[in-house]
Amino acid sequence: MTAMWTLTRYIFSDIIRNKVIVLYAGFQLLAALLLFNLEENPDKALLSLLNIELIVIPLISMIFSTIHYYNSYEFIEMLLAQPLGRRQVFLSEFFACALSLVLAFILGLGIPVLLHFQDMLAFNFLLTGTLLTFACTAIAFCAAVLARDKARGIGIVLLLWFYFALVYDGIVLMILFTFSDYPLERLTLLLTALNPIDLTRVSMMLRMDVSALMGYTGALFKEFFGSFRGMLYTGGILFLWTLLPLILSLRIFRNKDL
Amino acid sequence: MQNAAKSLFILALLATSFPLSAVQLIVGGAHGHATIAGALQLAAAGDTVIVMGGTYREGKLLIDKPLTLIGIDRPLLDGENARDILTLSGKNITVMGFRFENSGISAMNDLAAIKCIDITGVHIEDNQIARSHFAIHLANASDIVVRNNTIEGVPRSEHNTGNGIHLWKCKNALIEENDISGHRDGIYFEFVSDSRIRCNTSRGNLRYGLHFMFSNDDRYEGNRFIENGAGVAVMYSRKVTMEQNEFLHNWGNAAYGLLLKDITDSYIGQNYFVHNTVGIFMEGSSRMQILWNSFSKNGWAMRVQASCNDNRISLNNFSGNTFDIATNGTLVLNEFDRNYWDKYDGYDRTRDGMGDVPYRPVSMYSMVVERNPFTLILLRSILISFLDKAEKAIPSITPELLIDKQPLMKPVRV
Amino acid sequence: MIETRALTKSFKRIRALQQVDLSMNENQVVSLIGPNGSGKTTLIKCILGLVRPDGGEIHINGRAIGEDFQYRSAIGYMPQIGRYPDHMKVGQLFDLLRSLRAKQGGQTDDELIAHYRLERIFDQPMRTLSGGTRQKVSAAVAFLFDPKIYILDEPTAGLDPLSSEILKEKIRKIREHQRLVVITSHILSDLDDLTTHILYLQDGRVHYQASMEELRSFTGEQKFGKAIASIMQQSNR
Repeated sequence: MTAMWTLTRYIFSDIIRNKVIVLYAGFQLLAALLLFNLEENPDKALLSLLNIELIVIPLISMIFSTIHYYNSYEFIEMLLAQPLGRRQVFLSEFFACALSLVLAFILGLGIPVLLHFQDMLAFNFLLTGTLLTFACTAIAFCAAVLARDKARGIGIVLLLWFYFALVYDGIVLMILFTFSDYPLERLTLLLTALNPIDLTRVSMMLRMDVSALMGYTGALFKEFFGSFRGMLYTGGILFLWTLLPLILSLRIFRNKDL
Repeated sequence: MQNAAKSLFILALLATSFPLSAVQLIVGGAHGHATIAGALQLAAAGDTVIVMGGTYREGKLLIDKPLTLIGIDRPLLDGENARDILTLSGKNITVMGFRFENSGISAMNDLAAIKCIDITGVHIEDNQIARSHFAIHLANASDIVVRNNTIEGVPRSEHNTGNGIHLWKCKNALIEENDISGHRDGIYFEFVSDSRIRCNTSRGNLRYGLHFMFSNDDRYEGNRFIENGAGVAVMYSRKVTMEQNEFLHNWGNAAYGLLLKDITDSYIGQNYFVHNTVGIFMEGSSRMQILWNSFSKNGWAMRVQASCNDNRISLNNFSGNTFDIATNGTLVLNEFDRNYWDKYDGYDRTRDGMGDVPYRPVSMYSMVVERNPFTLILLRSILISFLDKAEKAIPSITPELLIDKQPLMKPVRV
Repeated sequence: MIETRALTKSFKRIRALQQVDLSMNENQVVSLIGPNGSGKTTLIKCILGLVRPDGGEIHINGRAIGEDFQYRSAIGYMPQIGRYPDHMKVGQLFDLLRSLRAKQGGQTDDELIAHYRLERIFDQPMRTLSGGTRQKVSAAVAFLFDPKIYILDEPTAGLDPLSSEILKEKIRKIREHQRLVVITSHILSDLDDLTTHILYLQDGRVHYQASMEELRSFTGEQKFGKAIASIMQQSNR
């Protein structure tokens, strides 16, 4: 276990010096500063930052993690020639990658948001952003161990991003119209859980009081997401979105020929 | 100290300004009458009854002749949760400077702190009314002034809480600078004409801040309606002027800043609608002028049902609303022109302050939400912004005629 | 020290290893040779546990390798191409490896670090190093923990002649001390004077396995390169 964290520490300190990570953090910081300064209403700025959280975080997290995995291939081989287990090496790479992306998020978006908001909304923003980064990193690692060559891996990851960010909502829209004669509360709740990006968006939307627009259903959702239980639910599902791809990739990686 | 000085001043004023024939009767204090009821009994028309500070529990008080009833050092009239406290009837009655508490609560009778029945010329000013069923209840009255009263109810449920200032079948009323909270409706108008409601604050009432029915030729202006259950409702009326009011934070399911139902020939100008679920909800209303209003941070700035026609919505500012306009039909018979829309992204090459391409205030998504409210779960997703952009380029499901042909490039200064 | 029995591995349709039986022992320097695609790399990776065989067994120091990865502490591996995290410094790599194996304790063998003068570049990040320098780092890593078994994959490929000579000198020095060195290399002449045994792989099978003496008497050639060439010719017939 200590070997794993030692390894994680060294890989982490490598990744945070990476140009892409520095640029990623810088971009977020710039966007946050610009929005909070130009937009007189901080709520509106937060909404724009939410778009960054929902689009940029998954995209960068997934692509960066995939590329990082392929670029580390020889190093991983070298490590595995040492008396280290495959799980240790894989998890070290995963945690180092996810934690540096999270660090970039906290420094870039998290701190400016915390300077303007100190409520549950800000906490929810940080929590979901962090968990979403973890989930996207896990999904990317899963795609990377599945596909042997880099181009294919990046292709899969881009498709997955496109699916979660756009296609999935189209499917939701179709489902909601197809079954509009039935009570849809539970179904809608379930549908949000099946997409980490949607879940993040909805948990933020309902905290921003959009629920009133939804009539009584919205009140139901708000009661759910707005409560502590709702935060546990959101956090729990996002955690599952990290855990399940991670378990799957560990199973593949354990018996993979390198 | 200040109160004592104020009381002396009022006493001096009364002593000099009333005609000699009028008599002053004093209740309470070292030498005054023991009870208000006793003094009222003795007083003749035109007299002034002055009540000194203290607590009075005298059962039902009735004034049925022209009298001025003045409280010094804010005497408390306690209804002991049992009855109407003060009933006025007849003509030319003034009540000022009292505190009323604990009128009875009854589901059968409209028990009130001050009840006015069949009266002409009533002046209720500078009173505090707390924990009453109805605070001021006027029925079949005319020439009314209700000014500068502070009314604080205990919000229970809608059906066992009365209204703050309640007018039924009245004429020529001025309701001014009152502060009303915690009642069912803050101010209630039914069959009231030629009246004005000015500069009141109606806050945290269970149902409406102002409830307005079957009342024509009235005007309300400069009022603030804040955090009421469902906002302000104006229904079944003609020729109402609504000016310079603020409709704030009426947020919740089925809440709105202003509900218009079957209103005609009225004017809505220079009002602020901020952070309401719906800024203005319009149904069956026509020939309205809606000008120089500001709508910001509302869920929907306006919901204009298809049953509305010949309304003119012009020179308003729309900014930071989730949806600007929603409608439930495709046929639109209302005119939108020269409003400022913050979502407008056109250009002004002619430099006349108006965009060169028209603005469509109804987004595709708002039409989708209209048909299936569950789709609100997709709010702010990329898909929705793509769909809205696509619809803007090639309109297909948004109402063709609902456009602002001359959207303003900069907000209107109100 | 290394023994395989009926070791078999296929990648999709390619049979990389077919029933490979071999045994390599201490005080040997084994040259693993064979044409491209003959299964050399697959064999090495199987021994290191990087590739999971389909069948057969591998014994290291008399124990079958399985899930337990501790056996690899007896092996020093120098990969054909060493790539390291871009921003990791050379010194950090050695620090990392030392702390990962801190439990083992004992002395580390820093001779190659000294001979290659790697201390001078301890502060440089990996991405600034040339291919040759990275090979020197890889070599130093393989020798760092004074293992019983050395597996060197094309060790001299990217090294300049001087560095190559330093490495060979090092191999010469350690082979006397109950060590096993397994080398794959294309540059035949380089290995001439080090090799004690050869293992010739072709199409995933062990084609020829013998000591140098046996090889020389079998082919009648004194030169290592010619002896190998002669075997290749025979196998092609």
